[in-house]
Amino acid sequence: MHPKGLEVVTVGLDAGGVDAVRPWIEAAHPEHPSLIDETHVLDELFGVTNVPNAVWIDEAGMIVRPAEPANIERSPLREMDIPEGLPPRIHDALVEVKEIRDDSDAYRAAIVDWVERGAESPYALTPDEVIARSQPRGREQSEAAACFELGQHLYHAGDVDGAVQWWRDAHRLDPGNWTYKRQAWSLASTAPGEPSDLMQGPTELYEGNWLDDVKAIGGGGNYYPAFRP
Amino acid sequence: MLATSLDVDTSEYESASGWHLRPDGACRGDVCVPLGDGVRSADGSRVQLDRLAERLGAAFVHDAPRGLYAIGPSTVSGRALATAEAPELELPDLDGNPFRLSSLRGRKVLLVAWASW
Repeated sequence: MHPKGLEVVTVGLDAGGVDAVRPWIEAAHPEHPSLIDETHVLDELFGVTNVPNAVWIDEAGMIVRPAEPANIERSPLREMDIPEGLPPRIHDALVEVKEIRDDSDAYRAAIVDWVERGAESPYALTPDEVIARSQPRGREQSEAAACFELGQHLYHAGDVDGAVQWWRDAHRLDPGNWTYKRQAWSLASTAPGEPSDLMQGPTELYEGNWLDDVKAIGGGGNYYPAFRP
Repeated sequence: MLATSLDVDTSEYESASGWHLRPDGACRGDVCVPLGDGVRSADGSRVQLDRLAERLGAAFVHDAPRGLYAIGPSTVSGRALATAEAPELELPDLDGNPFRLSSLRGRKVLLVAWASW
């Protein structure tokens, strides 16, 4: 898509900073700008609430699609048969992952249509639609963002207990923001030096965990909604 | 954004929030919110976070034991975006080099958020 005028910029949201994202970025050998966002500033500035999310920006710097689920590639996890004999929580997590609709073909086709037709593409939304489709933001979401940032600052300063307190507040105030939750859960359940724990099971630190929180909102299809043209 | 005092450099707040603080108010794209008195310093170089938060409908949180203040994002539109104009975004790459989103003006951009978790 690059020769046709599309620039891809990837941003890793990771309180772990360079150390957390380096193995992934180096393995991918990206030719596009690949940036690091330790404080999840993309949540505040663009309304990102989960990953992967993507934002479309036109040549004039106008957002034509706000942050939304962005299945760019098919996920092997979604296509595989769940092996028998797995521990129940892993089995149940895979059931929820398979509930996420694989609409990567439609999403990529939409990108191609926009790149070729620009504002004529039906996928390029008007400014009013862009604002209306961006995530809801009231006092609680604003307070959650402030709490998350306090937690991130304390985590970096080595005050992990302080970070957990603020992150718990962020989770309570804005339960629909999965970057706040998955980030904190992963840091709580990943052993030092190990890759990020994607299961994010129950810990003593947080009231929620990935599987139970996904089930509480009705499953994987609500956790990561389908692309809405 | 995070601060260790109630008032901060105006430019610091502007780059963290995407809002521009001008004599006529706080503006982002074509949206402007009047600020009234007592928010900006006389020369406009400093801004008082708790008063600004009130005007922008943003949360203001104080961690008193640690001497930290945090202002949340504005809620003026009730949505994450107050305008469709993309805010400036400056973030480092793996080598610590800063990259500005606005350097790609004139091209279409697909901005993808991912994570290791």
